[in-house]
Amino acid sequence: MDSQTSIVGGAQSRTSVERIGDRELVATRTFDAPPSMVFRAWSQPDLFKRWWMPRSASGVSLASCDMDVRTGGKYRLEFSAGGADTMAFYGKYLEVVPNERIVWTNDEGEEGAITTVTFEDQGGRTLLKFHESYPSREALEEALQGSAAGLPEQLEQLDGLLSDLAE
Amino acid sequence: MVQYSALPLDLSFAALSDATRRGIIDQLGRADASITSLADRFQMTLTGMRKHVQVLERAGLVVTRKVGRVRTCTLGTRGLRAEAEWIEAHRKLFEARFDALDEILIEMKQERSDGQSD
Repeated sequence: MDSQTSIVGGAQSRTSVERIGDRELVATRTFDAPPSMVFRAWSQPDLFKRWWMPRSASGVSLASCDMDVRTGGKYRLEFSAGGADTMAFYGKYLEVVPNERIVWTNDEGEEGAITTVTFEDQGGRTLLKFHESYPSREALEEALQGSAAGLPEQLEQLDGLLSDLAE
Repeated sequence: MVQYSALPLDLSFAALSDATRRGIIDQLGRADASITSLADRFQMTLTGMRKHVQVLERAGLVVTRKVGRVRTCTLGTRGLRAEAEWIEAHRKLFEARFDALDEILIEMKQERSDGQSD
C-alpha cells in the first residue's frame, strides 16, 4: 500500500502539518532556540500552559495543567470554553529523554494516539517534530473530528464541510 | 458534538491508494477525457477503466456525464477539498500554538542573557 502525504501551507507558513498514510499526523516547525529551552517550555506546567492552547486561536483556554514529565509520569489538562464545563485530556509519559524527546499516551478516548515530540539540535536552533500515531485509520478520523468539534473556529469550518458533504 | 461520517475521506484515501487512479486524476487535471481515451492511455480494457473511474466517482474525486454514447470524466473537487480542509484546520491550530511558544522562547532567552550579564 502506498503512503500518501498531504502538505498544506506554503513557503510563508513556518508550520507544516502532514498526514502520512492512514494513521499518522506530523507537525514540524523550527524554533530559534536550543532544544534545552524548547524542552523546558514543554515540560514546565507554568510555561506550557501559556502557549499550548492560545485563546486567540481557539476560544478555549487551558484551565488547569498537571504534568509530571518523566518516564512513567502522568499528565492531566483541563480545557475551558468560558463556561463551567471543562474537557479533560490525560495520559502518561511512556518515555522522556530530557532535551531530546517526550512520548506520551492520550487516554481520554478508547483509541488514543501515541504522541512523540522530538527536539533536534540544528546548531543552536531546534527542529521540532510533533508526531501522532493512531491505532487505526478510523481512530485518526475520529480524533480529527474531536479536536475540530472542541474548537469554535474549526467548528465553523466543519459546518461548511458538512454542508458540502450533505449535498 | 457534531456527528460527521468519516466515509468520504476514507473513500478518497482508498481511491488514491492506486497508482493508475492517481494517474487518472493527474490526467484529468490537464483535460477532461472519455473513458475510452483513458483506457487507451493507460493501456487497459474499457471494463477495467470503468471500474477505476467508478471508485474515483464514489469518492467524489471524479464526475462523469454521458452524452450520446460517450462518457466524459471531469475532475471533481469535493474529496480533495475536504481532505485539505481537515489538514488546514489542524495546521492553523499548530501554527497559533507554535507562534505562542516562539514568544515564550524569546522571553526565556531574554531572561537568560539578563542573567548572564549580571
